[in-house]
Amino acid sequence: MALNKASSNKARKARARAASRRSSLVSRAALATASVALLTAGLTSACSSGDGSNPTGQNLGGRGPITYVEGKDTTETGAVKQLIDRWNAAHPNEQVTFKEQSNDASQQYDDLAQHMRAKQSDYDVMALDVPWTAEFAAKGWIQPLKDSFALDTSTLLSPTVASATYQGTLYAAPRNTNGGLLYYRKDLVPNPPKTWPELLADCNIARDHGIGCYAGQFAPYEGLTVNAAEVINAYGGSFVGPDGKTATVNSPQSRAGLQVLTDAYKNGDIPKEAISFKEPESQNAFASGKLLFLRTWPNFYGVAQADSSAVKGNFGVSPLPGKDGIGASTLGGYNAAISAYSKHKATALDFLRFLISEDAQRIVAEGAFPSVRSSMYDDPALIAKFPYLPALKDSIASAVPRPVTPFYPAVSKAIQDNAYAALTGKKSVDDAIIGMQKGIEAAGS
Amino acid sequence: MSSPSGATDLAPPDDLPVSPKPKRDSNSRGLRLPQGSGRAWLFVAPVLVALAVVIGYPVVRAVWMSFQKDAGLDPATGMFVEGGSAGFSNYTHWLLQQCTLPGGGTEPCPTGNLGSQFWAAIGITLLFTVITVTLEATIGLGMATVMGKTFRGRALLRAAVLIPWAIPTAVTARLWEFMFQYNGVVNRVLHTHILWQTDPWWSRFAVIIADVWKTTPFMALLILAGLQVIPNDVYEAAKVDGASAWQRFTHITLPLLKPALLVAVLFRTMDALRLYDLPAIMMQGNPATRTISILVVDQVRQGSNSAAALSVLTFLMIFAVAFVLVKILGANAVATQEEQRKAH
Repeated sequence: MALNKASSNKARKARARAASRRSSLVSRAALATASVALLTAGLTSACSSGDGSNPTGQNLGGRGPITYVEGKDTTETGAVKQLIDRWNAAHPNEQVTFKEQSNDASQQYDDLAQHMRAKQSDYDVMALDVPWTAEFAAKGWIQPLKDSFALDTSTLLSPTVASATYQGTLYAAPRNTNGGLLYYRKDLVPNPPKTWPELLADCNIARDHGIGCYAGQFAPYEGLTVNAAEVINAYGGSFVGPDGKTATVNSPQSRAGLQVLTDAYKNGDIPKEAISFKEPESQNAFASGKLLFLRTWPNFYGVAQADSSAVKGNFGVSPLPGKDGIGASTLGGYNAAISAYSKHKATALDFLRFLISEDAQRIVAEGAFPSVRSSMYDDPALIAKFPYLPALKDSIASAVPRPVTPFYPAVSKAIQDNAYAALTGKKSVDDAIIGMQKGIEAAGS
Repeated sequence: MSSPSGATDLAPPDDLPVSPKPKRDSNSRGLRLPQGSGRAWLFVAPVLVALAVVIGYPVVRAVWMSFQKDAGLDPATGMFVEGGSAGFSNYTHWLLQQCTLPGGGTEPCPTGNLGSQFWAAIGITLLFTVITVTLEATIGLGMATVMGKTFRGRALLRAAVLIPWAIPTAVTARLWEFMFQYNGVVNRVLHTHILWQTDPWWSRFAVIIADVWKTTPFMALLILAGLQVIPNDVYEAAKVDGASAWQRFTHITLPLLKPALLVAVLFRTMDALRLYDLPAIMMQGNPATRTISILVVDQVRQGSNSAAALSVLTFLMIFAVAFVLVKILGANAVATQEEQRKAH
């Protein structure tokens, strides 16, 4: 303790000395602050000075090696690598390098947005998740595909082209699409329901077998936006007008659609735990035999057919149910767009043309990505391999793109938060729809 | 933290930038520079430049951005245009929860709009902070007391206690997420059917459990360091005077531990106020566990200038809390030292 006392005495003396120095320190601190401010001001102005000219008019004829950016290639066939190898074999002077991002959509978005904000030219062709396309277009980050950059889309499925179109201009080449399917237990339900009333009537069968009737993805994330949008679209509702801004969700049709989901959840046709389902949980529930119907994506087919699945051989797929006919799937998938800051846009355009070609789309389809060319859905060899293709074609033909709006993240949040509040009984369906309408109106602020 | 004066190092370091630490005075006197010397500036210049680049620039830039409007859509072309100066509208957007309408007027932000979630997020953040720090301090004190005793297997116990702290938070969050799933082990063991990931209060409870599990060891370690500098002879003297174990704890351990305990609480409070990873991974989009940091990250994707305003507000909140704690803490730490001196 003696030692401690000595050292703390010393500290006290030091503090007294420091106090006497404090007055001079104040002026030094002021000087330091000023120099920091000067330096940062210099940096700030250096960063915010733009060049002013429009990048979409530059480097149109540029040819040379390019970089293709996409999320992690999870296909068993390595479809993306196959596509690039095929292209590179034919174009030795205009090689494509594959920049593989992570598997997480938010991280992919953040990565692309950072490169675009910095106006970097190192990403030439980017795979954009369908809902990002409008935002990238409105921000001037991607090349409009018009005039000399026009792309022939006549052989492609029209909803996929609509998903790549903003304000009447095509901005990207649909690379692959995706549509929701209704998986059903064909050992329990011989004829799949075509409409929501038929599906809900079949819930008696689920009750008799002590399993859940219907589930989709209802956790508050993008999956809930998709599920809520599908049932609202199925009943004739919509979210935004063609201008990408005007909110149109406040309609009796939207209410009727959301009411179907909330009623089904309230009366137990949708099991209680489904409120926490994302894709993996919902698919596990179906694959372990706990669900009669499941709405999910086509890539689950292989998993459900695997030996580890309890429903192997006992399930089928059909298009999603609607109000009085086939329903409306929300469209997923990726669009390939040319960066406005690319230096080799002529090569990039050729690469887009290649991506939608018959050859490339076969590679896409064989990788279990739903193709954007309608011919792939009638190909007997592919149907033998992927028996869900006919149902998927119907599903995509009646599909509605997700709300095409440059404010997609805000619009999606407004849809999911309000749908979640309605499902969990925190809000009436009426209030939830009004909340969506107001949320979409305020999306730009 | 090797000596009691270690705690006072955390008092406002008013003389740090230009003078060497007091305890090195005697042997560094020959090197001391005359006051106001240009050479002193030369020596600290690299640090100042580094600080300006990594701290000064981002802070100033964030404040500057927070007074800019986010790019808005030009209705005629459908393209984004720069928003220009925003005044305080980004701040009123958050603080008053006012949203701008397309026409130009304002209205209260509707559900689903991030602007409507500011005060809720602040409330959730403070709730998590108060509950987790209290629990962690209490349990950590207990753990540190046990770890401070001499017994067989003490090294093993100390290592075991540290394991939760050593696991990366993302991994912890994932593990707890699996356990709290509807079909997870928690519901199985308890024979319950609780929706841990969606029910508002159960999900908050789950996050608190995971956070306490993860960070209590850190607290215990800091407290243990404080415990170990309390000399044994004080306890022996107390024992001779006939003090019970409880009296020794409340009259010797707690007062002498106070500086270390408060430093630990300060660290944890600052940490808890910026809680992001645990609820973000465990609960994903659940609005009931959306802390202020999660709100910032969500907003960055919707407009970075508005997110900058939110960051500045978060910064001010943490600064205010830290300021209050340091003021109380600094005063207490010094007082305790003086009391100690008087006592001996």
